[in-house]
Amino acid sequence: MEKTNGYSTTYALAFEQPVIELDKQIASLHERQNAAEYAEELASLQANRDSLLAKLYRDLSPWDVVKVARHPDRPQTWDYINLMCRDFRELHGDRHFGDDPAIVTGFGRIGPHKVMIVGHQKGRSTQQKIDCHWGCAHPEGYRKALHKMTLAAKFGLPVVTFIDTPGAYPGLKAEERGQAEAIALNLREMSRLPTPVVAVVIGEGGSGGALGIGVADRVAMLEYAWYSVISPEGCAAILWKEANEQNNTAAAQALALTARDNLRNNLVDDVIVEPVGAAHRNPKLASDNLQNWIVEQIRDLKRFKPQTLVQRRYEKLRRIGAHSSGA
Amino acid sequence: MTQVSTRSWGDSPEDAPPGKKAVPEGLWIRCPACSGILFRRSVENNLWVCPECQHHFRVSGEQRVKQLADPGSFEPMNADMAPMDPLNFIDLQPYKERIAAAQKKTGQNDGVQTGRAFIKGRRVILACMDFTFLGGSMGSVIGEKITLAIEAAGENNLPLVIVSASGGARMMESGFSLMQMAKTTAALARFDDQGGLFISVLTDPTTGGVTASFAMLGDVILAEPKALIGFAGPRVIQQTIRQELPEGFQRAEFLQDCGFIDRVIARSELRSEISSIIDYAGK
Ligand SMILES: [Zn+2]
Repeated sequence: MEKTNGYSTTYALAFEQPVIELDKQIASLHERQNAAEYAEELASLQANRDSLLAKLYRDLSPWDVVKVARHPDRPQTWDYINLMCRDFRELHGDRHFGDDPAIVTGFGRIGPHKVMIVGHQKGRSTQQKIDCHWGCAHPEGYRKALHKMTLAAKFGLPVVTFIDTPGAYPGLKAEERGQAEAIALNLREMSRLPTPVVAVVIGEGGSGGALGIGVADRVAMLEYAWYSVISPEGCAAILWKEANEQNNTAAAQALALTARDNLRNNLVDDVIVEPVGAAHRNPKLASDNLQNWIVEQIRDLKRFKPQTLVQRRYEKLRRIGAHSSGA
Repeated sequence: MTQVSTRSWGDSPEDAPPGKKAVPEGLWIRCPACSGILFRRSVENNLWVCPECQHHFRVSGEQRVKQLADPGSFEPMNADMAPMDPLNFIDLQPYKERIAAAQKKTGQNDGVQTGRAFIKGRRVILACMDFTFLGGSMGSVIGEKITLAIEAAGENNLPLVIVSASGGARMMESGFSLMQMAKTTAALARFDDQGGLFISVLTDPTTGGVTASFAMLGDVILAEPKALIGFAGPRVIQQTIRQELPEGFQRAEFLQDCGFIDRVIARSELRSEISSIIDYAGK
């Protein structure tokens, strides 16, 4: 499923409009009987279009990045599993209450490594989206994740997590079943999981719901993912008193939520480059980049004894913060 | 589209402008629960609990320390540590100004007091959060001071008591605040490995990133009567499910019924409850 042309995406973001116009021109030239005669024009149009697309994505505002991260065609956990995993064996259920499809877990092979995959799933079809609550997991999702990660550690398998959630589900049942406790427990147990853990924010990194599968030895973000304590709209509604386009833009900027912002602040370790025009334009290439990063990190982390890993993980978390010394 | 996130300061009307709902000024005060007109001194002498209806008023970190620790026993740690505004965050008001105003109002550098103390003669490491400081929101300072308190408890083999009161992670430090959840819980993992005793006391309100990190990880979790405790704020939940929330939802008694806290304890009983648990754990 190669998607290399702009017009093959079904959903255009507002800032992409100039590219969409060029795509239409290119498409109409292609459709002509005598298209061959326009080879030169086509090549030049295509070059213009490609450089325009690259330029647009180079200069995205943080709020535009959030929109790209939410693009309906953006690859999700299941897409990456299908693109990069051989022999994926899904494992269901939290052994307490149920099976939350908003977090997918299972054994898989990534490159040379046997791993446990844990990832948020937003859903593609309307029914999937409803089942997955648009990627907002319930406590049983976080408990399923912890159960499978513990299983992985028992057999020395590295854990790979894909983060893609607007946040943990804020509902009646989620509270009744202990959303806060489920996330808190994951944070504590992931910090001492005696096996390599790598995490990648592949789309949305919404707050505690993201961090709930995000405590790791190495954390990366895809180039157009976002990761923050709160969504721009949530922040705008509270601090700017109203969520609207203008305030969301300001909040997205203030929250320093882009991959490069988080890298600059040492809150993540790496940024994984996406194809020109973002992952949804070329999921295979995005998946290859993601896979290369994962394979390399796991190879590196396997050098350490489990106790050393846990020690280093703690030291890394321990350094995070911006405060005066105040002894 | 549903907007969701770890609940942050200011997310519900109940924690809007800190100070308005904190302990009121004046000789006479009105109890928000029973509407009784109360002589201020009599409420103060009753640990800020309404003598008529047992409503637990919110108290500051300073008052909490006074109520819990044996008189004169509290020795603060890292009291000078202050916030830094790493993102140069400006919304309708610069974060730096918000910090300065909160510091002036509370006389504290940030929203938690940590230190060594005795509770009924038992040595403990005590941390008391202060809801009056930017809604008790957790940024780098609270995360660091809590972590240092956990480490101090581990190093000295002392019981750890954290009294939480917080609207969640502090938005103005964004990712730095979020990662304090990971840092504090990682410290608790080590403390747990060391066999440490952690008594978590939840007070009104304890929500968002504080509930979803250290507050819910106590070996024993206590809560004050009717304290609001949850992950998401009631308003966010209401917007999501579009129906009225049941009476008592997310209150301490509800959490006990759901199985997430050990005991609901009246403020007047907290000291004896804590000291008894310390004795049972042999710490
Ligand atoms: Zn009363």
